Amino acid sequence: MSETAPQPKTAASNPPVQPIASNLLPSDVVRISATKDVPQPDRQLTKVAKLIDVSKCIGCKACQSACIEWNDTKPEVETNVGVYENPHDLTPNMFTLMRFTEWVNPETDNLEWLIRKDGCMHCEDPGCLKACPAPGAIVQYSNGIVDFIHENCIGCGYCVTGCPFDIPRISKVDHKSYKCTLCSDRVAVGQGPACAKACPTQAIVFGTKEDMIAHANERVEDLKSRGYENAGIYDPAGVGGTHVFYVLHHADKPSIYEKLPDDPRISPVVEGWKGVTKTAGLAVMGVAAVGAAIHGIFARANKVDEHEEKEAEKLVSSGGSDDRGAV
Amino acid sequence: MVRPVYSEPGDRIESTRPVTVSRYRGFIRANHWVTALSLILLLLSGLAFFHPSLYFLTGLFGGGQTARWLHPIIGVVLFVSFMVMFIQLWRLNLPTPDDKAWLNQIGDVVKGNEENLPELGKYNAGQKFIFWGMTLLIVVLIVSGIMIWEQFFGELVSIPTRRWAVLTHALAAVAIILVFILHVYAAFWTRGTLRAMTRGTVTGGWAYRHHRKWLRELAGRRQNGPAE
Ligand code: HEM
Ligand code: SF4
Ligand code: SF4
Ligand code: SF4
Repeated sequence: MSETAPQPKTAASNPPVQPIASNLLPSDVVRISATKDVPQPDRQLTKVAKLIDVSKCIGCKACQSACIEWNDTKPEVETNVGVYENPHDLTPNMFTLMRFTEWVNPETDNLEWLIRKDGCMHCEDPGCLKACPAPGAIVQYSNGIVDFIHENCIGCGYCVTGCPFDIPRISKVDHKSYKCTLCSDRVAVGQGPACAKACPTQAIVFGTKEDMIAHANERVEDLKSRGYENAGIYDPAGVGGTHVFYVLHHADKPSIYEKLPDDPRISPVVEGWKGVTKTAGLAVMGVAAVGAAIHGIFARANKVDEHEEKEAEKLVSSGGSDDRGAV
Repeated sequence: MVRPVYSEPGDRIESTRPVTVSRYRGFIRANHWVTALSLILLLLSGLAFFHPSLYFLTGLFGGGQTARWLHPIIGVVLFVSFMVMFIQLWRLNLPTPDDKAWLNQIGDVVKGNEENLPELGKYNAGQKFIFWGMTLLIVVLIVSGIMIWEQFFGELVSIPTRRWAVLTHALAAVAIILVFILHVYAAFWTRGTLRAMTRGTVTGGWAYRHHRKWLRELAGRRQNGPAE
């Protein structure tokens, strides 16, 4: 290993032939699940992003194949039930999925075939990481990638509960959670994601978030000039922006793209569960346990005395009646 | 035979000088300890997921994966054993007018001035509160627990429902832990109670002090010939 890899700025370049050292290090982590006070790294990696331009996608699924190929996953072969989605949903072995919608535009009465590449959005404020109870099972790097560290995962499914985009899937084989890694293992060595590299129309492109926003703006301008007046960027602020984001021709209605959330955010129920429930719950349980222990040691116990034992004998020998009468 | 009002048919005075009273027979005691042990294991494993500062508790179960796998299974054991106990105990835990009088004098209860309290059957209102509280919370915990049981019921409810279920489960867990602390504390504070669940008997004085109507009924039953 001679050199460390550069930060990748595109998915198009080919890898160098000589071995290079990883440049996405454990010390580049800025957030860790179930861990407070993560030491902040001395360097800040350039924020990266993958841009998915829905208007350019032809639904060929080259990205799905590339993802399977790179990650060496083996999605089950399913039965064709007459839909375009294949497999039918994201699975622990399929980190990205083309979702198809046949939408009739009420303004033009035209049928539009909307194709969206689904997968982890790499949220700046990741609900999966907030919900996860296992220290170190989910990390976020300073370049924005949210990654699952499988050896720390316990398979509880809390990340599923926390994610606003319904992304993580728990394997029935090893009981660990899987999702798109944004090809962190490729980015670490200066390469862009496999799906972006494989895309024949460059509907998927990768680079610094800044460059990608600039590129997306150009695309939006172009779409607008061609009559898509509601074209826009989907980089939802509710989750702090995302490191996988879309250009949509109908950015005013994201949900027509196979239920892309209109205004995603971490559910308030999840925030309440992981927030006040935990602090208040821990406090009351602690006070109750300590209070009971101290009280148990120091307070006067409720004791039966000799007199009561004698009264019991009297009561029993009289067959249940005493000065207060029978029952 | 008329059904006793304040006691179970099996409760009886075992000896008279000194008086000892049989309160729980072998099966119910064994089952109670199954319930107790499951509850403790659930509390330890559950708390490990509840807060990162308690995650180390997974070590008691051989790691996070096993704790995650075991917790709901023990939950089912708890549910079954508690339901058996429920069938045995619910009748004498129904509220009675005496409970109101007892609750009105809760100050005397806390101070241990039992001479000021009404005579009671087998359970006082505090014990009944624990019984019904546990019943309600265990039902809530099993229902919400199944909804968040990823391994076998991952597809059972929608994700928004699952969020409410996990919140409910966490709140119910906190509540049942508080009830559990109260239960254990009361059993210790009221000296002479624990042997009811270990040996199965209590002293006559204990019965006279805390559950005199119960004792009175057993004494009457004994005089009017064995109930068996
Ligand atoms: C009655 C049947 C029960 C079932 C089926 C059940 C099931 C579950 C499941 C599936 C989880 C998620 C973690 C995992 O997959 O293991 C969980 C979490 C938890 N359980 Fe239970 N459980 C039950 C009873 C209890 C009881 C009696 C307690 C308390 C003493 C308890 C306390 C907890 C706690 C504190 C959590 C963590 C919640 C959080 O992360 O906020 N559970 N339970
Ligand atoms: S999309 Fe879901 S899984 Fe991906 S980072 Fe956001 S919350 Fe986590
Ligand atoms: S399944 Fe794994 S990654 Fe998901 S919340 Fe549980 S421990 Fe964390
Ligand atoms: S970034 Fe990598 S892991 Fe994610 S969908 Fe693309 S190929 Fe798959």
